[in-house]
Amino acid sequence: MSWTRKILRVNLTEGTLNVEPLNMQWAAEYIGQRGLATRYLFEETDPTCDPLGPDNKLIFATGPLTGTMASTGGRYSVITKSPLTGAVACSNSGGFIGAELKSAGWDMVICEGRSPSPVMLHIVDDKAELVPADDLWGKSVWEADKLIHQKYNDPQMRIAAVGRAAEAGCLYSAVINDLHRAAGRSGVGTVMASKNLKAMAVRGTLGVGNIKDPGRFLSATTEQKKVLAENAVTGQGLPALGTQVLMNVINEIGALPTNNMKEVQFKDANKISAEAMQEPRESDGKPNLTTNAACFGCTIACGRISTIDREHFTVENKPEYWGNSGGLEYEAAWALGADTGVGDLDTLTYANFVCNEDGMDPISFGATVAAAMELFEEGVITTEHTGGMELRFGSSEALAWCAEKVATGEGFGADLGLGSKRLCEKYGRPELSMTVKGQEFPAYDPRGVQGMGLTYATSNRGACHLRSYTVASEVLGIPEKTDPLSTDGKAGLVKAFQDATAAVDSTGLCVFTTFAWSLDNIAPQVDAACEGDWTPERLLEAGERIWNLERDYNMRAGLTGADDMLPKRLLKDAAKTGPAEGKVSGLDVMLPEYYELRGWTADGQLTQDTRSRFGLPA
Amino acid sequence: MLRSLNINPDKCTGCLQCEMACSFENEGVFNPAKSRIKVFSFHHEGRFVPYTCTQCDEAWCLHACPVEAIKMNRETGAMEVLDAVCVGCKVCTIACPFGTVNYNQSTGKVIKCDLCGGDPQCAAACPTEAITYVDADATGLDKMRSWAAKTDNATHAN
Repeated sequence: MSWTRKILRVNLTEGTLNVEPLNMQWAAEYIGQRGLATRYLFEETDPTCDPLGPDNKLIFATGPLTGTMASTGGRYSVITKSPLTGAVACSNSGGFIGAELKSAGWDMVICEGRSPSPVMLHIVDDKAELVPADDLWGKSVWEADKLIHQKYNDPQMRIAAVGRAAEAGCLYSAVINDLHRAAGRSGVGTVMASKNLKAMAVRGTLGVGNIKDPGRFLSATTEQKKVLAENAVTGQGLPALGTQVLMNVINEIGALPTNNMKEVQFKDANKISAEAMQEPRESDGKPNLTTNAACFGCTIACGRISTIDREHFTVENKPEYWGNSGGLEYEAAWALGADTGVGDLDTLTYANFVCNEDGMDPISFGATVAAAMELFEEGVITTEHTGGMELRFGSSEALAWCAEKVATGEGFGADLGLGSKRLCEKYGRPELSMTVKGQEFPAYDPRGVQGMGLTYATSNRGACHLRSYTVASEVLGIPEKTDPLSTDGKAGLVKAFQDATAAVDSTGLCVFTTFAWSLDNIAPQVDAACEGDWTPERLLEAGERIWNLERDYNMRAGLTGADDMLPKRLLKDAAKTGPAEGKVSGLDVMLPEYYELRGWTADGQLTQDTRSRFGLPA
Repeated sequence: MLRSLNINPDKCTGCLQCEMACSFENEGVFNPAKSRIKVFSFHHEGRFVPYTCTQCDEAWCLHACPVEAIKMNRETGAMEVLDAVCVGCKVCTIACPFGTVNYNQSTGKVIKCDLCGGDPQCAAACPTEAITYVDADATGLDKMRSWAAKTDNATHAN
C-alpha cells in the first residue's frame, strides 16, 4: 500500500483544516506526487484562474515510496498553477520534509484560499494547526527556519518556507526546505506567499508502513541500491563531483549557453566546474567543496556542501555566510556563471546561498540577470534604472548585487523579479528573453543538443531539462548513444523520456536514479510496496496519462501549440564555435513528428481519441 | 569473536538509511523517529555523525535499572531491554552518559540498540561503510591502516 490514504485540506480563507481519504482510483491511475496532485488540481481549480489569486490551490504531495527505504525515496513536489508561465507547475524537491510529512501520516496537503494575515502550517503527526506568523513575515527562509525551531524547541522538526523574494512578488520564487533544498521552478513559492502561507513545519513520528510485501520490498530495494552503487554515474560521478561533473563536458561539446545564449561555449567554464570546487583556495587552503551530502534515503548523495572564501568581497564582514551550506549544482552554476559570463566560483556560491536564503530559483534568477546584462550592454537598461550598478556580462559585483536586490525586491530587484520574459517585454526587447512559456532555459544549448530543443519547447511547465533529459542519451549514452547534432529520432526519444520521467516523478523517487535505473528497475520496488500489479508497462502508461493531463490543463488555461516555441536566437542564429558550429535548433523538423507520436492534432491539441485512451476527465 | 559497531563520520552522507533499517527491524515501519541510531547533521560545519549505544561493559543503564530489565546478551555483548520487565521508569535514560537509551511513549518502555541479535541492520543498510560491524578488539584497525599507509618507508625507495 504505502500510501497513507490521507489528505490534509487546509482552507486558508476560513482557517479550517480537514482530513479526507485519498482517492484510490486516481492513485491507481496517477500513482502519487506529480501525477496524482495534478489530477486533484485539474479537478479542483479553474485552469484560467489567477495563479496568485485565492482560487488557485497549492499542493504539497508525496509519492507512495516517499519515506521508505527505497533509495532516493524522500521526494515531494509542489503542484499549483504557475504565475511565471500560466501553465501547470510541478516542482520536485528532496531534503527531508517530504519523508517527514509522510511519516506524519499524510500523502498530500492541499492549501486553498488565502489567509487574511500571515500564517504557518504546523503539523505533528495527525495534529495540524494554522499558527499566526506575523513575526516570520519579512524574514528570510534561514531566519524563519531558526525562529520556528526555537519557538517549538524541536531540532527534529522539518521546515519548508518562502523568503522575502516571494513576499515581494518575485515570480520565480521557490519553496525552500531544510535550508537549502528547493521546490525551485515556476514560482511555486510565489503562490505560497500569495496565500499568506509563510511556512510549513512538520514533525512525523508515525513512520511509513503498510508495505504490501515487506520481504519482497526489502530485497527489491537492496538489489536496486546495488545497481546504483555499481553504475559509473550514480556510484562514482555524482557522489564525487555532483551534477557539476557536466560543466566541462557540456562546454566541450559546444552546448554551454553563455552570455544570455549568445555563445555556446564559456571561456571560464573550468573555473566554475566540479573540478574547480575541489581545488584548495589560496587564502585558507580549503576547497570550495566540503563534502557531498544525501537527501532522505538517497544512496547516491550528489548534494554539494560548500563554503565561501571568508576574504571574498561578497562575504567580508558577513560571518553569517562563513559556514557551510548548499553548494553549486550544475544548473545553478551555469545560470549564475556561464549565462552571465561570471567565472568566479566564490561569487557564484554566494549568489547560490542568497537564492537559498531568500527562496529564488537560481536558474530563472541567473537567466534573468543574463537578459538584463544584454539589455544593459545594448543600452536599453542604464545606470539610471539600476541606480548606478553597471550590469555587464562577467561582472561579479553586478551578479552579487542582483541577488541581494531580488532577495528583498528593492529597487531594480523588482524588475529582475519579473523574470526574463516580462523584463524584456517591459524594456521593449522581447526577443532577448531566452524562455519558453515564460520560463527560463536551463543549461543545455538546443543548438548543440538537439533533443533538448524539443524538450524545452514541449515541456508542460515551460523550459525545463527535467521533463525529458535527453542529454542522458545524446551526451552520456544512457540508455544508448544518439547524435546530439541530429534531429533524427529525437521526437520519439523526447516522448519516451517525458512519459518515463512523469512516472518516476510520481513515485517519490528521484529522477537522478534513471542514469542507472529504467522503469524495469523501479517497477519491482513500486509493486512490492503498492497494492495492485505494477509493471514497467503500467508505469509508462501512467506516465503518458500524466503527460496528457498536464497538457490538457495547459490547453484549458489558454495555451496553444504556438507556445511550443523557442526564441528566435536558437532557431536563426547559428552556434559560432565548437562541434555545433553552424547549427541552429531543428525544432521545425521535430515538432510535427512529436505531435503525431503523441496522437495530437497538427496544431498540438489533444484529440478525443487520446483523451478516451487514457481515461482523462471530460 | 565479539563484534561491535564502528562508526566513521567522515564517510557519512546523512541519508538516514541506517535509521530506516533500524526502525523497520525493530518497529516494522520506516520511522527515523523510532530509530535507535541517530544521524546528526552539523549544518554549518558540513558534517554528519551517526551515533548510537556503544554497549558499555559496565553499563550505567544496566546498573541503574531497579527491576533488572536490562541484561547483557552473552553472544553479542549487547545490553538488551526486556520489554516484559521494563516498567518505563526512565532511570536508565538518566543514567546513560551518552543519551543512547530513550523512552518510547507508544509502548511505555525504553528502547536502545541491541545489535539486532548480532546482525545490525544499520550497518547492513549503510551505503558508504560509515557504519560497520567489526571485531570488537580491533575497531581501530582501519585508522591504523590509514596512518600506516602514510608512514614514510625509505626501504622501498629504490
